[in-house]
Amino acid sequence: MGRVVNDAMPLVRALRDPASTGTLDAAGWTALLAMARAEQLIGTLACRLDGLPMPAAAKRILAEARSSAIEQRRAALWEAEAARRSLVGLDCPIVLLKGTAFAAAGLTAGLGRSIGDLDILVPRERIAEVEAALLAAGWEWVKPDPYDDAYYRKWMHELPPLIHRERDRMIDVHHTILPLTAKPTPDASALFAESAALENGLRVLSPNDMIVHAAAHLFADGELAGGLRNLWDIHCLITEFGSDGLAARAERHQLGDAVARALRQANDLYGTPIPESRRTRDRADRLYRRRLLARDGWGRPTQRVLRFGFFVRSHWLRMPPAMLGRHLWTKWRKGHRPA
Amino acid sequence: MRIGPVGFRVGSDWRAPIAELERLYADYPVPEGGIPDFNVRLFAARPWRRLLRPAVVLGGDFVLPEAAPLPLAQGLLAAEMAMNLQMALGQRRYLLLHASAVERDGRALLMTGLSGAGKSTLAALLAARGWRLMGDEFALVDPASGLIHAFPRLVSLKNEAIEVVRAAVPGGRFGPLIAGTPKGDIRHLVPQTQSIARMAEPAQPALILFPRFGFEPAQRALRASEVFVRLTQASTNYVALGERGFEAMVRLVREVPARAIDYPNADAALAQVEALWGES
Repeated sequence: MGRVVNDAMPLVRALRDPASTGTLDAAGWTALLAMARAEQLIGTLACRLDGLPMPAAAKRILAEARSSAIEQRRAALWEAEAARRSLVGLDCPIVLLKGTAFAAAGLTAGLGRSIGDLDILVPRERIAEVEAALLAAGWEWVKPDPYDDAYYRKWMHELPPLIHRERDRMIDVHHTILPLTAKPTPDASALFAESAALENGLRVLSPNDMIVHAAAHLFADGELAGGLRNLWDIHCLITEFGSDGLAARAERHQLGDAVARALRQANDLYGTPIPESRRTRDRADRLYRRRLLARDGWGRPTQRVLRFGFFVRSHWLRMPPAMLGRHLWTKWRKGHRPA
Repeated sequence: MRIGPVGFRVGSDWRAPIAELERLYADYPVPEGGIPDFNVRLFAARPWRRLLRPAVVLGGDFVLPEAAPLPLAQGLLAAEMAMNLQMALGQRRYLLLHASAVERDGRALLMTGLSGAGKSTLAALLAARGWRLMGDEFALVDPASGLIHAFPRLVSLKNEAIEVVRAAVPGGRFGPLIAGTPKGDIRHLVPQTQSIARMAEPAQPALILFPRFGFEPAQRALRASEVFVRLTQASTNYVALGERGFEAMVRLVREVPARAIDYPNADAALAQVEALWGES
């Protein structure tokens, strides 16, 4: 194991086959833990490896990660409850998204998962009321820049992020699952129609819509940052709920390609069970795979050129060329440089 | 390297900061089982900044995006800051207090306060008088036992404190003088041998002091409520630990007496500390 670790395969292997960590030496553990932290998968890894024999130091570090994840889960659910209380008078459906939804619904995707911001989905026509109610309950705007603010309101699928002034926690209020400028237009009303109520009145998406959302986020929107975690969500959701009806649902949201790619990548990296008929790869799959794995044994991002390529692509997906030109010009003037 | 119960791995784009760490941390053991708790990376913001006006970005498992890069001449400081950052943002095993700690007879004295209150200086001076230095930056409270665990990293001395401590610790091993940092001049002191050799020994907290430098000598007892609020402000992970953090904090505040002390110079402070220690 003395060789240099230059991709995140050790992390993927450990998640996929926890017993395979039995052969790791100290350097191997060190690299595994560093990349798991960098990919925000250390809590997940800790839950996957729980109970397996391992060096004392690794056990201690993973035990910490597990208790930290439990604490994050508690804080995330409390934040959801705070939002619920603030919005209860509006009588408006509130759908939890991503990590908080997995935790609230008790899904395996939520086990050990790191949860940062609270993401909720509300109907677009109610979004002004929701914003006003949140502002009245102590949330404040984060983005002081008028260009960013206007950009969010006009083109994004969510409000500019709000932060609670006492609890210091962010909330992202979505009204659909992709920016309005992206080519696919998901059917937001269908998301609500198929959502399910939890005991406290908050809602979660149907399992297939959760998968579609995760795939949209991963392959039809961002630059694949934190992609291994998103893909692990998808792996857990498919393993738990299967993929019946998923293809049709994805088509309904115009996200057939993104979901198909998500299935292939999850199968390829995590061994997710998917139908034989959906395993035919395309030529770009190899690039996606390399981008997903672009992390070394120090937790450093690797593959600069490829990363930049995906950064460019994420903008290309988000907006038409003329608009992209204007956006980049504005951002450049303001001193923004891609990382 | 291992500092107290916490292992670090430090990597750098340049040789110099590593060489300085190797020299100053020569007596420290390696991380338990060769697996560090935290990784620190000192790297160039852009590839050409390795050579051209080299600037060190503080990297690691946990980072603050707004942390400004430091010139390479301050590479050792960058490493120390990045290690502190891992603790401040990532430590979940112990309740972390931004405090210095010294021990005598198995009992620990904690000193906390704003930057410039003199907690590092007083800890170094007490160590020169036979106390065991447990740490000048963080005191680690074990939520299970309530004991204080040592984190005896290099003592970070600033400005006038450098000369005060140099005079008090004649044989002391010092790092290079790092001039012109955002906090003025900084010089690191290697803790004494017993501090490093006994760093795995925890101690029962016996007294908490809130020193303030630059005032006439004065002292007052603090109510538990004030101590609680001040210590939560001095903790970087109190909120993240949740109930465990709350319980550890309540226990500390209930069981350990606390005093605020004002002092005009080091001698006055040491006399006050010794007197209060005698009473506690």
